[in-house]
Parts: sequence; C-alpha cells; structure tokens
Amino acid sequence: MSAAAPTAARGGLRLRGVSKSFGRGDSQVTALGDLDLDVAPGEFVAVVGGSGCGKSTMLTLAAGLETPTTGSIDAGGKVALMFQESTLLPWLTAAGNVELALQLRGVPTAERGALARQLLGRVRLGRHVDKRPHEMSGGMRQRVALARVLAQDAAVVLMDEPLGALDAMTRDQMHDLIEEVWLDAGFSVVFVTHNVREAVRLADRTILMGARPGRIIHEQRIQVPRPRAMESAPCVALAADLTQRLREEVARHDEADYFEI
Amino acid sequence: MTRPTTSRSDVAEPLDPAEEPLADDAAARPARWRRALPILLATGIFLVLWQVVSWSGWKPEYLLPGPTVVLGELARLASEPSFWVALGRTLTRAVVGFALAVAIGTAIGLATARSRLLRSAIGSLVTGLQTMPSVVWFPLAILLMGLGEQAIMFVVVLGAAPSVANGVLTGVDQVPPAYHRLGDVLGARGWTLYRHIIIPAALPSYVAGLSQGWAFAWRSLMAGELLVVIPGAIALGNRLSFAQEFGDAAGLMAYMIVILVVGMLADTAFSAAARRLRERRGLATPAERRA
Ligand SMILES: Nc1ncnc2c1ncn2[C@@H]1O[C@H](COP(=O)(O)OP(=O)(O)O)[C@@H](O)[C@H]1O
Ligand SMILES: [Mg+2]
Repeated sequence: MSAAAPTAARGGLRLRGVSKSFGRGDSQVTALGDLDLDVAPGEFVAVVGGSGCGKSTMLTLAAGLETPTTGSIDAGGKVALMFQESTLLPWLTAAGNVELALQLRGVPTAERGALARQLLGRVRLGRHVDKRPHEMSGGMRQRVALARVLAQDAAVVLMDEPLGALDAMTRDQMHDLIEEVWLDAGFSVVFVTHNVREAVRLADRTILMGARPGRIIHEQRIQVPRPRAMESAPCVALAADLTQRLREEVARHDEADYFEI
Repeated sequence: MTRPTTSRSDVAEPLDPAEEPLADDAAARPARWRRALPILLATGIFLVLWQVVSWSGWKPEYLLPGPTVVLGELARLASEPSFWVALGRTLTRAVVGFALAVAIGTAIGLATARSRLLRSAIGSLVTGLQTMPSVVWFPLAILLMGLGEQAIMFVVVLGAAPSVANGVLTGVDQVPPAYHRLGDVLGARGWTLYRHIIIPAALPSYVAGLSQGWAFAWRSLMAGELLVVIPGAIALGNRLSFAQEFGDAAGLMAYMIVILVVGMLADTAFSAAARRLRERRGLATPAERRA
C-alpha cells in the first residue's frame, strides 16, 4: 500500500441521456434532464452546483439505489456511496462497522478482523478501532466511513458532500487523506461538494451543474500538480473563476424558485 | 493520466490532535450507595407510616399487623419448604409463559413487519389485543381448557405476546431510512438486511416490548393463580387467597411483599438492559448517565 506504487487505475463511469423525474402530473419535478457524464478509470471528478440542482439524485442513480426515468448508466465495477452523515451503525465499534462491509462483500471470517484493522490504520484510526461512533468526533466518524468504503473494494466511489459537516481544519486534513487513499487505491471518484475551493483542491476535473432540469453547464480540467495547497495562487484563481460561474448560474434562477421546498 | 505521488505514510496518528475522543467522566458519577440512598429512605418512610397506621388502632392488630409482625411472618414462612415450592411453581410458570410469549410475539412481530398483507390483516388486531385486560380471557380459557396449567399459560401468553409483537413492529418501523440506504449500498438484502441492520436497530424498542410483555405476563399470572386454583398445586397467588380465607392478614401481606419484590427485581433487570443498550449507542439521556 505504498503511494509510490499506486494500484492501476480502475473503475470509470458513463451516464448517457440520464433523466429523473419525481412525482406525476402538476407536482412532477424533473430533477435531472438528459445528463451525459464520463468519468475515466482512476479519475477524480468534483461536482458543484446550487442547492437542489440534482447532485444527490445523480449519485443515487449512479449508485443504483434508484432507476433513472430515461437513459443508461454503466459503471466499470462495484460502486460505493459515502454520505454527508457518516451513517455508521451505532451498536458497532469502528472495527465492527468496517467488518460488516467486509462480511457483506464475502470476505471470510478469519480474515475480517485483521483486514478491518489494516483499513482503519490507513485512515489513521489504528488506535481507535474499538471506539463506538458516539465516542468519536465528526472527522473520525467520516474516516471510519472512508475505511468502510475501502472495505467495499469498489471501483467507483461516490461521495455526497462527505465533509459538509466538518470544521475547516478537519476538512483540510480529510482532503489530504482522501487524496492519499484515492491515489493509492486507483478508483474513480465523483465528489459532490458545495465548496468550490475544495473541488479545485481535490479534482482532476470540476463539473458545474445547473438546475431545472439538472444538467452539466461547465467543465474544467484542473492541471495544478499535486500535492496542492488550497491557498496556492493557481488553485485560488481557478476557484475564483468557478465561483463566478456558480454565482451567475444561481442568479439565473429566481431565488424563491431555486431554493423552494 | 499521470499519478503524482504523495508519500504520507510517515504521518503519525491521530490525524488531528483536536479529535481525541470525549472523556467519559467516570469520576463525576455518584457512588453506588448514593443511588441506593433515596430508595432506602423511601422504604424507611413507608415502613414507619405503616407502623403508625397499625398502631393508630384504625383496624384491629390481627387485621392490620405492623411491618415487624409481617416481616417476622415472612421469615417464618421462608423457613418452610412449602413457601419455596409455591415460589418455585410461580416463577416457573412466569418464566415458561413469558418465554412462550416472547417466541410467539417475536415470530408474529417479524412476520407482520415483513409482509404488507399480514400487516394489514393482523397489525391492528395485535394493537387491539393489547388494549384488552387479559383477565377477561380467563372465563373462556377455563371453559375451554378446564381448571389447569393450560388455562393459566394460555392467558399469560395472550397477555404478553401482543406487547412483544408490538415492540418488534414499532422497532422495525422506526429504523431510519438512512439505514435502509446503507443496507442497499453495502449490498444487504432480505434476511441479511434484517440480521445485520434492521434487527439490531430495532433492539431498544424490542427490549421495551419485552419489558411491557413481562409486566403483563406477571399481572396475568397473578390473576390466574387467584382464579384458577388447581388442587395440590400451591403457588404464590393461591397462597394469597388461602391466607384471605383463613383471615391470616400477616401471611397475606408477607406473600404480597414477595410478589412485589419479584416484580421489582424483574423490572430492574429490564431497565438495566435497556439502559446498557442505550449507553452503548450513545443514546442515554443525561438523567440516565447520572444515575
Ligand atoms: N425522492 C424525491 N421525491 C421528490 N422530489 C425529489 C426527490 N429527491 C429529490 N427531489 C427533488 O429533485 C431536485 C434535486 O434534488 P437533489 O438531487 O437532492 O439536489 P442537490 O443534491 O443538488 O441539492 C430537488 O428539487 C428535489 O426537491
Ligand atoms: Mg444533495
């Protein structure tokens, strides 16, 4: 698991003409309309967009939790999904939560304990394997959730604002950790965030989504070499540009309409 | 795509020092005896009041003996084998009846939770049964099964099983949607989902159902032992009616104390189990944590 010899890139995700509507008749909402997206094997894509523009819906569809109204979705391997709230099971320890994912993946009993410990070590929780979720901070819980994603051995990892509830300092450290784990494991990532600087810090490519219906309105390849610092000049410039575009997109919609519900 | 390397294996854990877990302030917890003190105090006040009423002459001493007389009678009874036979029979009935009710209630609860058809068919029936005082079943039970163990068991099970089933049902219904989602993401379906996620998540509600079920079982059993007197089979309940028939107030009260103590012990056990469960999940209320 040395970062010097990363695993070969794997995964990849292809969405073609994907749309999703909820409800029917007058109350019908088209959350996504005719969306095309390609994520290369091993690529890290960050998705930003206003609230309610369909980011979570896109991930839910890509994870196969719901079926699209139209279109097709192909993933190059198993898909894992990580939420903003860690959804760790409170009756299990950190190790127990990771072991459950291993068990459901079919890892034999004898191997689970050691493997779970190893995965928790990778997210720097080696000394906290026996803690229960309520005994951990928000950042620690998300690290357990990350270890659980690793336990699923997925080729495509979808993250829905996984750091949204964390303070700035913990966030920075999670960026380093997510990047390290991703470089090491070689899977594709689709990372949804409302934090533009975070998107630039992490992604190979950023995608800006617009609303009503949800669609891709802008893409940007981020060629700043890693490791990146969020406050470095090239990152700040790219983030400023993306922020400007996001503002324009949000302004296109009447606020009341945009933030309805 | 080129993959730049970032070697961070030299970073020592924890990742962020600010994230040391919250300390469990065990030192702030009051000692065990301080928890017991209010209970002892209340018992003491009760005994004093009882003695005062007994001495007041409101009823003759042989009808309303004081606590010393009753506790003396209890000690005397405890030295007789028949007391232990009665206690043993009652406890056996309680445990067997409750176990049956748990098995039946759990099975019905799980089946009802998993099947939409069963739910609409018997879901409200279960709730309805719960509102019915179980003593009401005795005349029918005696008619159908005669004055015997079966009649008692029948009513005990009928009294307790609906609460258990309801505990399962409520527990399963209240599992947060996020856990169902997680099950989907992790690939847990059907029975696997139940075994690893739904049932553990429903456990606190299940324990509440068990606790309530036990309370109903115990009440039904006492009613049964008062009503269904099986010749030769002595038990706590029928000791009570004998004592009443023979005007043995001290003996009657002694048995009442035994029944009270058994009930309190069981209740304490269930509360402790529920509290432990909640504590392990970080759900204990501040009051529970202080207790
Ligand atoms: N299950 C659902 N039923 C009805 N409408 C939904 C459902 N899920 C999402 N929507 C609607 O779809 C739109 C996109 O939602 P979502 O994907 O959650 O947005 P985002 O994650 O970008 O904030 C919103 O208008 C939301 O109200
Ligand atoms: Mg969302």
